[in-house]
Amino acid sequence: MADDTSGDLGIVRLTKAFGDTVAVDDLSLTIPQGSFFALLGPSGCGKTTTLRMVAGLERPTAGAIYLGATDITSTKPYRRPVNTVFQSYALFPHLSVFENVAFGLRRRGVKDVDAQVGQMLDLVELSGYGGRRPNHLSGGQQQRVAVARALINHPSLLLLDEPLGALDLKLRRQMQLELKRIQTEVGITFVHVTHDQEEAMTMADTVAVMNEGRVEQLGSPVELYENPMTTFVANFLGRCNMVDGRVVDRAGDTAVVEVRGHRMAVPSARMHAERDEVHLGVRPEKVSIVLGADAEQVPTSHNRLLGVVEDVSFLGVSTDYTVRLPWGPSFGVFAQNLDRDPRLVPAAEVVLHWAAEHTFALDATEPLEAGIDPDVRLGQVLR
Amino acid sequence: MSALAHLPPTESGGRTVPAAPVRPRSRWLPYLLLAPGLVWLALFFVLPALTLVSTSLQTGSLDTGYVQTFEFGNYTSAWGEYWPQFVRSLVYAGLATLAALAIAYPLAYTIAFKAGKYRNLLLVLVIAPFYTSFLLRTLAWKTILADNGIIVETMQRLGILDLLSVVGLTTDDRVLATPLAVVTGLTYNFLPFMTLPLYASLERLDPRLVEAAEDLYASPFTAFRRVTFPLSLPGVVAGTLLTFIPAAGDYINAQLLGSLPSTAMIGNVIEALFLRVLDYPRAAALSVTLMVVIVVLVAGYVRRAGTEELV
Repeated sequence: MADDTSGDLGIVRLTKAFGDTVAVDDLSLTIPQGSFFALLGPSGCGKTTTLRMVAGLERPTAGAIYLGATDITSTKPYRRPVNTVFQSYALFPHLSVFENVAFGLRRRGVKDVDAQVGQMLDLVELSGYGGRRPNHLSGGQQQRVAVARALINHPSLLLLDEPLGALDLKLRRQMQLELKRIQTEVGITFVHVTHDQEEAMTMADTVAVMNEGRVEQLGSPVELYENPMTTFVANFLGRCNMVDGRVVDRAGDTAVVEVRGHRMAVPSARMHAERDEVHLGVRPEKVSIVLGADAEQVPTSHNRLLGVVEDVSFLGVSTDYTVRLPWGPSFGVFAQNLDRDPRLVPAAEVVLHWAAEHTFALDATEPLEAGIDPDVRLGQVLR
Repeated sequence: MSALAHLPPTESGGRTVPAAPVRPRSRWLPYLLLAPGLVWLALFFVLPALTLVSTSLQTGSLDTGYVQTFEFGNYTSAWGEYWPQFVRSLVYAGLATLAALAIAYPLAYTIAFKAGKYRNLLLVLVIAPFYTSFLLRTLAWKTILADNGIIVETMQRLGILDLLSVVGLTTDDRVLATPLAVVTGLTYNFLPFMTLPLYASLERLDPRLVEAAEDLYASPFTAFRRVTFPLSLPGVVAGTLLTFIPAAGDYINAQLLGSLPSTAMIGNVIEALFLRVLDYPRAAALSVTLMVVIVVLVAGYVRRAGTEELV
């Protein structure tokens, strides 16, 4: 499957402008056949526009789209072997569930519609619902009808436009697993558009993080999360601590960054800055916290910073510490509640430390706040 | 009424306060709200309708006075004498409805989907004719369709009039005073009643449904036939009813644009019987018959269109 490129989706220098607004800016991507690919980004980043151009519902301003070796850039949507699961589903309200699912087959004059629709309704666990109207179904059921209606055509490519956005949290989790199961079962390429980083990471093999019409970074969920290359990716995929530092040594496998007199080791594979001024980053769950008095416990190979505990939130499975560094910025620590130190209370002087391989360095000219959800940012300010 | 009864009594100051009884909503409120409409309908619809039915079963003349004799013969004699005008009314109204549908559908479709920022302006233009009197607008058509007018001359030159005269819509190489003029007038006058409901049902149609159809291998035409049109059916039904019903009872267009008696519709007959012949019973019998015929036609039509199944 991995070697066969005949069904790969190729997006080459694709641009879409609406008047003066550039929604998609010179975007190039290759999506391998059979993969579960996610386009992740905040609203307005151009991910839905990209999807609509692949579906043929929007004409690109420039660039080309290939399916295998075929250029489908100007192919009409009804001639593309591509089907879409629309945001809020767009089920035909005047047709039964059965006829909704059969719609594509009937248009192509396929025989044995009954058998195929029956099978497809089985796959999405809706057999027995064929005679109902879509508006008599629950949100989750409608979502599955939308998937069945697209999948029954055996497209080369299934596009999903925020397909779970209208569902509540519990149902969303369940449908994430369901979609993943279906994708594994049918082996069709899924391109999933979402603004929910957790959803993208749970479901997709490969995620492209989009921002302002461009791909910021592309990779597996683990790569993106553990080794972000921009502040936008670092912040968009979860919480991230960043402090300003200066590269003092780039030689060898490990670079050295100085942060206010503390020397920090950063693996060179995780150095994403040409310049010497950097944001030094580490995710909160990678950081350990010990009382200043116990500083000798800290492994010498670890990067370390000193600070004062400002806030402690007990979350059950973990504890969330906010630590104020001497020169102002705050640092978050998620500690699992294995052996919680009761002396870690506000005003306690502490040592923060983490393994060098969890450290990364980003170009300091990038805005620190990029990619933070405005609501979350407000929450942090208020705290 | 007792929606709050299942809630636990509220604690206040450590003391249990018994739940205060909820004042039941007035059972009379719905009737109170209905009253003005009901009174109005009773006084100005039910009562006159009953009087009309009663009049249609009377005998006598204006000089000797009318007597209630339950004379059902009024119906048979009126129908026997005026059935051609009846049929003509339904045919003219039917043709006008079809013509209005053919004009209004593309118009409403364009306003709903393609007009962009001109949408409201176009809607105002659809209603604009109402700012002038119905009578004046209809009289204006006399000029438009005049024998030496540009429209009629063009139609003559292109041979359209010859074609139309073959199917009996025009006579004597002219348009005025022919069935075509009456149908044209009816179409024109009732066009907004067709356009507005069509627009309303097209406007609320989710354009993503059309995209979904095209995504599922439907050409634009198939997408229209399978998705857009079926979903606009409530508007089609409402528009055709709002056009057909008043058009079938109309007499102004036939009187001003047609030539009586050859283009007389049932409205003209009723008008003549009531106001000139003063044959009240038979005029009333025709009115009742028209009402019944329309109700039966409409009921059958709505049932076939199956609008209750649509969202």
